[in-house]
This record gives sequence, C-alpha cells and structure tokens, in this order.
Amino acid sequence: MRKFYTLLSREVRSYFHSPIAYVVLIFFLLIAGVDFYFQVSFMNQRQVQYTVQEAFFNSVFFWFAFVLIFPLITMRLFAEEFKLGTIEPLVTAPVRDWQVVLSKFFGALIFYLILWIPPAFYFIIFQYISGQPAAHSAGAYLGSYLMLLLLGMFYLSIGCLASVLTKNQIIAAIISFCAITLLFFLGLVQFILYDVSSATRDLLGYFSAIEHMGTFSRGIIDTRPIIFYLSMTVVMLALTYQAFQSRKWRL
Amino acid sequence: MIKVENLTKRYAGQPAIQDLNFEVGKGEIMGFLGPNGAGKTTTMRILASFMPPTSGRATVAGFDVFAQSLQARAHLGYMPENVPLYSDMRVTEYLNYRAALKGVPHRRVTERVGDVKELCSLKEVENKLIAALSKGYRQRVGLADALLHEPDLLILDEPTIGLDPNQIRQVRDLIKNLGKQHTILLSTHILPEVEMTCSRVIIIHKGRIEACDTPESLLGKIRQAGGVLLEAKVGADNGAEELKKISGVRDVIEDSDGDWKRFSLRVESGADVREEIFRLATARQWSVRELTQRRATLEDVFVEITHSDAV
Repeated sequence: MRKFYTLLSREVRSYFHSPIAYVVLIFFLLIAGVDFYFQVSFMNQRQVQYTVQEAFFNSVFFWFAFVLIFPLITMRLFAEEFKLGTIEPLVTAPVRDWQVVLSKFFGALIFYLILWIPPAFYFIIFQYISGQPAAHSAGAYLGSYLMLLLLGMFYLSIGCLASVLTKNQIIAAIISFCAITLLFFLGLVQFILYDVSSATRDLLGYFSAIEHMGTFSRGIIDTRPIIFYLSMTVVMLALTYQAFQSRKWRL
Repeated sequence: MIKVENLTKRYAGQPAIQDLNFEVGKGEIMGFLGPNGAGKTTTMRILASFMPPTSGRATVAGFDVFAQSLQARAHLGYMPENVPLYSDMRVTEYLNYRAALKGVPHRRVTERVGDVKELCSLKEVENKLIAALSKGYRQRVGLADALLHEPDLLILDEPTIGLDPNQIRQVRDLIKNLGKQHTILLSTHILPEVEMTCSRVIIIHKGRIEACDTPESLLGKIRQAGGVLLEAKVGADNGAEELKKISGVRDVIEDSDGDWKRFSLRVESGADVREEIFRLATARQWSVRELTQRRATLEDVFVEITHSDAV
C-alpha cells in the first residue's frame, strides 16, 4: 500500500504543478460563483418553491461547468506519460499495474473534490448573512454532495479510460467529452423528443444524471443511482486497467 | 545474472530481434553494440519488463522477466534512452519518490538518496527543478535513480548519448567504479568507451547477434588488423609498387602532399612490416617523416561485422 500512497501523493502534487489545474479551478469557481449569484438574485425578485441549494445544483450553469471539467482534469493522466516517455521508468519500477491505474484515478478524484470545497462555503456564507438555511435539511446537503461524488467518480473513470487509449491529450479530451456529453444527453432525450413512449421515458430516466441530481439534492437518497454509478465506475476502471495492460502488447 | 534464450520480438510482423542467445555473468560489464535500429533498446526493454517478447525467454537474477516480472524489476536498475524524467519535480523530491516506489525501506530513504546524490555528483543541483537541468545532469539523475535500491544489475541504454567529452569521461569513470560492485549491461555507439570499460562485448546487427566476446579476442579475429602509415619522399620511385612487394602487405593506397607521399598500407593480421619498410626506405634512400602502426580498434571490428549498410 505504501507504493500506492507514494504514487497517489505524486499524482495529486503533479496536478498543482501544472497550469491546467489552475485554469480549471478558476474557470470552475467563476462559473460556480456566477451560478450562485444568479440563483440568489432570481429569488430576490420572486417567490420560489425551491431552496438556494437546490437551485444551485440543478441550474444550467452547474451542468455546463460540470460536464466540461472532466475532460480537462483527466486528459493528461495517461496520455502525457505515454507521450513524454515517463511511462517507461514508471512501469519498469517494481509497482503493479493496478497501483498505477488506481493512483491516477484517485489522484483525479481528490483534485475534483478539492474543487468542490469552496462552493460549500457559499451556503455557509448565505446562511450567515441571510439568517435562513440554504437547504431544507442536512439531508439535502448530504444528497447533493453524495451525488457530486458519484457523478465525479463515474465521469472521471470515463476520462481515465479515454486518456489511456491515446498518446494525444487532445484526443483523450475529445473522447471523454463526447462520451460524457452523450451520456448526459441520454437524460435530456425525454424533454427533447415528444413521441417517446412513457416506458422509454422511464427507462431513460434511470440513466439521467439530471434526474438523479434532482432527487438527491432534495434529500431523497435513492440507492439505485448509487449502485448504478458505483458499478459503472468499477466497469470503467476495469476497462482502463485492461487497456493499460494491453499497451505492452500493442507497442 | 542475465540469461537470454531464443529471444524474439516482432513489431507488426517485422522482427526487431530474432533468436537472441546470450548470458551476462555476475560482476561483468557487458557492452551492447550495434548500429541504430539493430535491436539494442528493444532487448533492454524486454529485460526491464517494459514489454514482453514475442517468443523466447529472458531471466534476470534468476527471475523470468515476464512470469516473475515484479521480482525481476526489484533486482535491476534501468536507465532508459533519453532519460525521461518528471520535469515538474525537484531532484531530491524525484529521488525520494523513486526510492519509495522501488521499495527502499522508509527509514533508509534519506540515507540512500544522499548516497546516490554523492555518487553521481548531484549535490549542487539537489534543489533544482528537473526541467532546469542540463543534459549531463539529467543523465546523472537517471543513473542515480537506477542505483537507489542497490540493485545487483544495472541496465543502461546509451548512458553517454549527447554528453560533452568531459561529461562522458565522468560517466565512464562512474560506470567503471560501479562495475566493481554491480553487473552492468550498457548499450552505446561510443566504441572507445566500450574498449575502456567493458569486459565483454556483444555486437548486434539487424536483430541478430554477430559477435559476443572480449574486446581483445574480437580485435584478434578480424582480418584487417589496422595498418601502417608511411609518409616519405620517394623521388622518382613508384613507392606503392615497391611497398606491395613486401611480404605481408596486402594493399597500398597512395596520397600526395607535394613532394611527400602518404602511403596507407593494409597488412596481414599479425604481420609487423615496419622493419621491412624501414629497410626498403634506407635502401632506396627515401626520406621518411612518419612510420606508424595503426592499431585495430573496435570501430574496425564493428564496421567489418556490420558493414554499416543501414544508414
């Protein structure tokens, strides 16, 4: 395990050594801030049925930023090492392949979670200034952050898979962007197409990230999406591991 | 230490190396020579467990590089060609990270990192970013990295490539010193270096081993044992004809420098014709201003064996 932690700490540190981390941080926090501002000022003007926290996590801004950051975070994970050749000293050291793959995934996950710490402060500040809670209950906070974690794990694992398939970071970014956007749109189909049967609509609803975030951010913790995202993450990581091992044979 | 049996590697059907068979014993410094594209890096990568062979076996310290890859890797220190390093880390930071990866016990890490820094003269740059290092220092960091876990075997792929003559000398001395305690397999183009450091040499060409022997034996085996260089004023004589009459002389190439003519003689292996030449010159009353024997070098062996037809 010590080797895993060594690899993991190196991964997290290397994020902060690269300019892209700061670009993503700034971009993301900018959008999160704008989102929060708009939601609150909208509520200032009229009565609404939902809480600030719900509004924040279900808005267009949120989803837009959310879908975009994953390719940026994950594109360099494997692709850069392949390109620069630093994969050679890594793989010829006595470390196991699963340690390499998982350390990269968890490194990305830790960076992603760090991104979400500042927005937590928005709710605290809101409560402090306005005297009103930003959410219905503690369950709503728990639900929304849990969904963030699950979605994060799933999309990051897709990003890892995209990165391991190529030496070119741009291609990796494009692959993961297309995959994540397509999955995301699966949830939107029910709103776009009208002549979908209700059975299809229900089916697509099971896959819809928007619906999942909707229910979780209201404090309704449904185990079905939890299992869905966890198992899909495992599948993606297993595929990444296989692809990583197969590079030995593909040279 | 290293045993290679019928090792073959194909890239998309094209064989990079075919049926290689060799052994490197404990304490040897083995030089791996060959033209570009001969298969040196491929062989080293297979030994380092970077990629598996298409067929055949290789063992390092008794461990199969494919089936017992983890143990094999733990017993060897590998320095890849062009030393890829993480440019966003500092030297000490990088070495600490590598030491942990290689399984150096936690309490010994600082000590070992200090030792290798000392050995490879990295103390001056220990806090510098790797991106800011010159090639010579990068190479030394790569070498330090290979030494961290005190492996019995070192595999170095072109350790002196791109270095200036001073740095080459330093690395060469370092390798010679390391050779006293480690087994080393190194690949290079710089032949004088091989003559000076290696106990045995493998010459590989187009994926096959053409020769595997000590430098002295190889030098003894080749047909062209260097030659003799004569610079003389021969006047009206036909110098080349006269010289060819000496037994042992195979061929003479003539070159003019005004009055003085340079004769490059190719001589039978083992024959020393300088005395004969001297007698001929005195008999003919030629003025001689140079008479030297050019010793055969490993470069001659290399060129002869590989014919350097691949450019």
